[in-house]
Amino acid sequence: MSRIASKFAALKAAGRGALVTYLQGYDPDGATSLAILRGLPGAGADLIEVGVPFTDPMADGPSIQRAAQRALKAGASLPGVLALVRDFRRDDDTTPIILMGYYNPILAFGVDSFCTEAAASGVDGLIVVDVPPEEADEIEPQAKAAGLDLIRLVAPTTDDERLPRVLAATSGFVYYVSITGITGTRSASAASLEAAIPRIRQHTGLPIAIGFGIRTPMQAAEAAKLADGAVVGTALVDTLAASLNEDGTARSETVRLVLDQVRALAEAVHAG
Amino acid sequence: MNKPLPNSFRQGPDSRGRFGQFGGRFVAETLMPLILEVEQAYDSAKADPAFDAEWRRLLKDYVGRPSPLWYAGRLTEHLRAEAKDPNLGAKVYFKRDELNHTGAHKINAVLGQILLARRMGKTRIIAETGAGQHGVATATACALFNLPCTVFMGATDVERQQPNVFRMKLLGAEVIPVTSGAATLKDAMNEALRYWVANIEDTYYCIGTVAGPHPYPVMVRDFQSVIGEEARVQMQEAEGRLPDALVAAIGGGSNAMGLFYPFLDDPSVAMYGVEAAGHGVDTEQHAASLTKGRPGVLHGNRTYLLQDGDGQITEAHSISAGLDYPGVGPEHSWLHELGRVQYVHATDDDALAAFQLCSKLEGIIPALEPAHALAHVIRQAPTLPRDSIILMNLCGRGDKDIFTVARHLGVEM
Repeated sequence: MSRIASKFAALKAAGRGALVTYLQGYDPDGATSLAILRGLPGAGADLIEVGVPFTDPMADGPSIQRAAQRALKAGASLPGVLALVRDFRRDDDTTPIILMGYYNPILAFGVDSFCTEAAASGVDGLIVVDVPPEEADEIEPQAKAAGLDLIRLVAPTTDDERLPRVLAATSGFVYYVSITGITGTRSASAASLEAAIPRIRQHTGLPIAIGFGIRTPMQAAEAAKLADGAVVGTALVDTLAASLNEDGTARSETVRLVLDQVRALAEAVHAG
Repeated sequence: MNKPLPNSFRQGPDSRGRFGQFGGRFVAETLMPLILEVEQAYDSAKADPAFDAEWRRLLKDYVGRPSPLWYAGRLTEHLRAEAKDPNLGAKVYFKRDELNHTGAHKINAVLGQILLARRMGKTRIIAETGAGQHGVATATACALFNLPCTVFMGATDVERQQPNVFRMKLLGAEVIPVTSGAATLKDAMNEALRYWVANIEDTYYCIGTVAGPHPYPVMVRDFQSVIGEEARVQMQEAEGRLPDALVAAIGGGSNAMGLFYPFLDDPSVAMYGVEAAGHGVDTEQHAASLTKGRPGVLHGNRTYLLQDGDGQITEAHSISAGLDYPGVGPEHSWLHELGRVQYVHATDDDALAAFQLCSKLEGIIPALEPAHALAHVIRQAPTLPRDSIILMNLCGRGDKDIFTVARHLGVEM
């Protein structure tokens, strides 16, 4: 069983939802990023999404755009992010790692060798934001061959006619984008989520995580209860950004501040 | 499916929006249903004679089409005098799309798209703009149809294209300066896409060039093809035959696609797309994506892009804000790989020289974008036989550029 499937199975047995945390790889630099990554499981993150920096993140709001710029300035690249995952895997063989990013850096790396190397580095799943099911043949065969899950976004705009097609192209878990918009800009109402999640469940047995617009421990707990997990990204990126020096470099408390927030989120999610 | 059909260059794209390997629909799931909705609406509009009739009425009575075909006699004689041999020196014709209402070819596709947006029941329009010509055209059409209009423009471009910013505001549009990235056209397009995702219910995104996710490249090409269709007829009337060469500037490539498309299956017609070489294609400061880039995925399509080894998009540079884009329409990438169109380039300095020459010899101040095309004509015409014909798309007028040009020439205004 893959790390993702094992994790969701274990959480289900324990009767609780997953806390999924997102941070951009190399934000604000490789060493700080690795220190945060290593601290996440201990702080209560159940699954980890690592953002792959890209110059033109068209589905992301201003916070994650700036994170990408900081990371690129610090020398981030796709091979660098894979090295980060390899370093993380030395001490942790159970926490699933999902890379989230855009297609062009993968294309530049080479789709075949990327999938092979990502799997060898300890990556469990991919979210390639700008490869919808219509373009799945670009990367699906290679990801499958390497044993990587392809996690797809389902949006409020994904209607019932389209939903089965999107879900058929999904493995690992379903990432429900709770708002029509970019990351970190608004939050969904509990009522809209209460309608959306059963609609997706009708079509899939895969776990569902809710993301885009979850900021507070309470929102995370509600989402994890309604679905199978809650993804928190921008709120953590904002905490990280607020902790930095004016020139965008890390301060001694950067790692602790981010992990403290993860602990607060985890407490709420795990209590739920 | 992705192989070009052997007997025609005019059958693309396929059902996936691909021209060979180029094009496609590389957008996030949140946008995908919208893209499909636009495609469906465009397919049905295309099949509706009333839609076509309304668009053509607007082109005739509002835009002033057909735009004239002009024999540039003084320029032709000037270039013949430069030729090494008295038998050389092609006749140069201009397709005068700079005479369109709003001063460029952009309005052709904007009116088509605004009619489509109305048909789809959309009540707000957004657009990206570089030089501001597409923004002005969109703001104009929105004024005409009483639709609220928001134009995303890189903050750098807002600075260097102040006259067009003021025009858009006069026309009632809201101009949002985009500060992310290099704050130019690419970033304006990112921001427009982000805004669209968040405002899907009522908003139509009016893209200015033959790029973006399917169906935009084919739709904008179809609307702009009015340029080449008119030119075919006009050239037959003027010379009784087709031209030997077509020349057009390439940023995203909409004016070029519009001129080239109706001639693609005429093997006697050579075609030249002129990219912006900025300070030179061997420097870091240019916008020549076909000459110096390689295929990648950005803004919803696979195409040639300026990018580094890690797949990060690099910044383009051109004196012309309208050509300052690190990508190009996917159909151009395809025509480039097939060799049907030759893609060449002209530097900032070449364009400045052409800009001045055209003004003095023909009494036409061209925009800096077609000044790049003209720079190629100036190079090529003296090498072709006297009885050959070059047709260049003079796709925009230079009023918007006089401040930029004055600054480069060291003139205080």
